[in-house]
Amino acid sequence: MTALAAPPALRLGGLARRPVLVAAWAVVLLAVGWALLPQLFTSYSPYIGDSGASFAPPSAEHWFGTDRLGRDLYARCVYGARTTLTATLLAVLIAFGVGTVIGLVAGYFGKLWDNAIMRVVDVFLAIPSLLLAMVVVSVLGYSANNIALAVGISSIASFARVMRSEVIAVVGQDYVKAAYGSGAGRFAVMARHVVPNSLSSVIALAALEVGTAVLAVASLGFLGYGSPPPEPEWGLLVAEGRDYVAVHPWTAVLPGAALALVVIAAHRISTSLRKDPRR
Amino acid sequence: MLQYAALKTGRALFVVWAAFTLTFVLLFVLPANPEDLLFDPAELNTVPEEVRAQVAANYGFDEPVLVQYFERLGRALAGDFGNSVQSGKSVTDAVLGVLPGTLLLSAGALALAALIAFAIALTATATRRAWLRNLVESLPSAAVSVPVFLSGILLLQIFAFRLGWFPAFGDDGPASLVLPLVTLAVPVSGPIAQLLVRRFSAEIESGYVTTSRAKGATRDQIIRGDVFRNASLPALTITGITFGNLIAGSVITETVFAREGIGRLTQTAINTLDVPLVQGIVVLVAASFALINLAVDLVYPLLDPRLRASLAAAAA
Repeated sequence: MTALAAPPALRLGGLARRPVLVAAWAVVLLAVGWALLPQLFTSYSPYIGDSGASFAPPSAEHWFGTDRLGRDLYARCVYGARTTLTATLLAVLIAFGVGTVIGLVAGYFGKLWDNAIMRVVDVFLAIPSLLLAMVVVSVLGYSANNIALAVGISSIASFARVMRSEVIAVVGQDYVKAAYGSGAGRFAVMARHVVPNSLSSVIALAALEVGTAVLAVASLGFLGYGSPPPEPEWGLLVAEGRDYVAVHPWTAVLPGAALALVVIAAHRISTSLRKDPRR
Repeated sequence: MLQYAALKTGRALFVVWAAFTLTFVLLFVLPANPEDLLFDPAELNTVPEEVRAQVAANYGFDEPVLVQYFERLGRALAGDFGNSVQSGKSVTDAVLGVLPGTLLLSAGALALAALIAFAIALTATATRRAWLRNLVESLPSAAVSVPVFLSGILLLQIFAFRLGWFPAFGDDGPASLVLPLVTLAVPVSGPIAQLLVRRFSAEIESGYVTTSRAKGATRDQIIRGDVFRNASLPALTITGITFGNLIAGSVITETVFAREGIGRLTQTAINTLDVPLVQGIVVLVAASFALINLAVDLVYPLLDPRLRASLAAAAA
């Protein structure tokens, strides 16, 4: 909170003293740039390869080398950012939106609502999210959007749980009782006091979930549940390179390293956003 | 105490039943033609209508949903989840057949992960060099951030292909277990290490440590004697996360290293849309999760005297 309240100049000064955090922001912004305007970052096409340059090792011309069809792997990573990051964003939005509402209902209306909702949440928490996402994708069919939906659905439960406990804590506060005392209705209190004051922890979770969701999306892509092969997607890139890893290690390792770097950076940023970094 | 145990047991049973119901709805009710899931999507259009009707009748899809549900539930209670569509073997046999491989892998990975986590937490607590502490404290978040498939492929590339120390694929002999074990242990160790680092630093600042130091105990003695024990117990509270990481990790690890196991079975079952097998696996996983959580819930109060006291007070 104090970091947010400080004047902008101070915050920038604080950032300069944390080079790792600056690097993390740079990595994430670069990845977002790749997703938004891929053509700015590479002149190669992600689909058309030069069959004469099959499996060229990384060089000044092809930064990440080329794959079996001679396609530039850096270009495929750049264009793959859009597929992976869009799916991630969608997944986090679904989990955040639905989870928050469910948690709010459980925490605010309490009693029977709380009991019924939390038992269902228990069930979703009992099935590991990757497994649940795999089942959902298998029912919906394979595509990048369905991966997003599956990852989103599988993380609703953790959002609901955090939101519920925050709501319960807020409802017990004096200012909420005071609001009732001054004649505000249930829904007015909920909208004006309970929701805004409960959201901070859930937003922190959402920030943390971005990194986790990138991983989940890429893992499902790696297992082959995403867009079909010509489409560039980070997990799929690693899976495609995996068959040649013994002879041409860069085909799997470089796209995977780019992915890992983005996830590490996202985790680093989300920890810095938390009020108490020790928690 | 008895009431507490009954409540927890009831909840565990509910979770297993609900997991069954959830997968039933997802796999058998939501698809418009559940029998379509039984065919290869590429060949779906070439399947004659009579064959479909025949298959639907075989699996009972032509009966009302509620009848199907209670029939399947009744048989599932007796441990029968039907037959795998692909292999024709019973789901229970298929799952039990590959279970030992996964259990061995997960148990080993869990032990290794715990070792890594304690090493990280002890180093971070015991060291007085700030740079070393910062470095060590950043390891857990790196461990959860690196995709399992990447670390698996890296280990394969370095230790199997370059150095030739370990076999790259298959599951014969202890040597083939080393790389998958390390691959799986890394992401599992992350959350445990994070929790331990936090607990260790909280414990070291608590009152009894100050008292012991005042009485002349050294820092190392206190860390080894008191802090270690008090800080380790809460690691049990993230059993659920650990279990989820083990399952998710084993799906990918077993795929990368081409090992037999629950993870690989899950992947093939999903790929071939082997509906009864998928349901069997999900219910098994949910049941193991519920059982492990139940065990933790029941044992934890016995291990932590403070909690035992508060439970006794609540009962009185």
